[in-house]
Amino acid sequence: MRNIAALFKKEFKAYFLSPIAYIFITVYLIITTFLFFQGFFIINQADMRGYFDLLPWVFLIFAPAITMRSWAEEKKVKTLELLLTWPVSDVEVVLGKFLATFSLLAIVVVLSISIPVTIAIIGHPDMGQIVGQYLGALLMGAAYLAIGLWVSSMTENQIVAFILGAVATFVLFIISTSFVTMMLPPWLAGFLTYAGLGSHFESISRGVIDSRDIVYYLSVIGFFLFLNVCSLGSRKWE
Amino acid sequence: MTPSYDSVMLELKNLDKNFGSVHAVKNITFEVKKGEVLGFLGPNGAGKTTTMRIITCFIPASSGTVKVSGIDTRQNDLEVRKRIGYLPENNPLYLDMLVDEYLKFVGEIRGLSGGGLRNRIDEMFQVCGLAKMAKRQIGKLSKGYKQRVGLAQAMLHNPDLLILDEPMSGLDPNQIIEIRELIKSMGREKTVIYCSHILSEVAATCNRILIINEGSIVASGTPDELTANASASSGYVLKVKGSKAAVEPKLSAIPGVTAVTVNESGEWLEAIITSGKEDVGEKIYKCVSENGWSLAELRRHSASLEDVFTQLTRG
Repeated sequence: MRNIAALFKKEFKAYFLSPIAYIFITVYLIITTFLFFQGFFIINQADMRGYFDLLPWVFLIFAPAITMRSWAEEKKVKTLELLLTWPVSDVEVVLGKFLATFSLLAIVVVLSISIPVTIAIIGHPDMGQIVGQYLGALLMGAAYLAIGLWVSSMTENQIVAFILGAVATFVLFIISTSFVTMMLPPWLAGFLTYAGLGSHFESISRGVIDSRDIVYYLSVIGFFLFLNVCSLGSRKWE
Repeated sequence: MTPSYDSVMLELKNLDKNFGSVHAVKNITFEVKKGEVLGFLGPNGAGKTTTMRIITCFIPASSGTVKVSGIDTRQNDLEVRKRIGYLPENNPLYLDMLVDEYLKFVGEIRGLSGGGLRNRIDEMFQVCGLAKMAKRQIGKLSKGYKQRVGLAQAMLHNPDLLILDEPMSGLDPNQIIEIRELIKSMGREKTVIYCSHILSEVAATCNRILIINEGSIVASGTPDELTANASASSGYVLKVKGSKAAVEPKLSAIPGVTAVTVNESGEWLEAIITSGKEDVGEKIYKCVSENGWSLAELRRHSASLEDVFTQLTRG
């Protein structure tokens, strides 16, 4: 536990030592706020549905941008060799990194609080719904990050980690959209609808948090973090 | 003979490592005792770094055992890691961290905290001459200072076993002397393994040397023992005027001489005369004067650690 905390602290600080975190926060807030308010006055409804419908697409770019350097950089600069000879387990290292990326994403998402505040000033939104939407967005973001981290652990090139991370999440997202499933036999369509990231976000973006969706996202996070631990362990394979 | 674990710090037994079809380390067995500074020599690709990676629990061996203070790396690798300080080849560092922040992080990972950690960091600042650099970003330091940060990282938790892979790269001669003294003083109470290609460095720092080539140990002993064994086949260099056809057979005929190679350089001949343990200097001189050759040079060619190294690791 103490090791995870030390690793987390170091990783999280690293985002703020370079301009990465600041650029990231600014760009994210400008883009999402702009895109949201662009449609907000046309629809003329005091809710954030439009905002949360954007997030799966915005995260497609932003989540791999957070995770791309996590492992790729360590592999390239070879600090991984040092890190993995310190008295920490591979699981602790993976969890430390994951928590750091998640905290950065959480900060960014929470900073968009100006939007619900604005909406509350000009209308009467359902605050319970908005809280649910935020929680759902964090869960989905965490799943994206777990995928991005795993991809980063397989390359030492940050750009490759970014692009493949975006592609991996994109594929996992679209397989459950009706655009894809309508062309497939029903048994496969049913499976993909459950397995894809997209379908589980639909109800969340309406503000409905279903325990099945929570279980789904937690399993995705667990599964990809497990793959990440395996890919670190692959140095030990013959 | 069973080693007693209060004196044996590191024990490698029949260590073997394959990477697919590449046999990187072949059946290596050796021991390092407490208070020993062991020089680990070998050409590039000999298996030095692989061996170090196995000892530091970065990768497991294909077969064989590694024990640090009697603890098997396979059974309790976390305990082993706690006892080891490691400076890997090329000294990897987190370049965007500050020096003191980095050491603090390493200390926390090593289980140090509070005043104890502060004291160790201060000590490392002093020992490695880093105090002025505490608030600098590691990536902006010169190579020599980066190297010191790497050393501080390895020694921070006062490890029983210190493994240094090319620790002197990037240091200037004054720093080299400082760090060498530091390693020697560490070696009095602890155990140090020092990997290097710089032979003079190893000879000056280590009390025992292992030479490894193509995954196997080819020589082991004190620097003096190694050079003494090699000079068993050393000899003389002779420079005379004469014809190659006349000189070569006469030199070869001297009793005790095992081999003669004659090269023509301008009007002079340069002969390298190899002999056994017996000193053939006088006989060579007599041979030269009897034949009336003009003599320009006659010097003893004694083996250096470099010769030992080339002899053992080439072909």
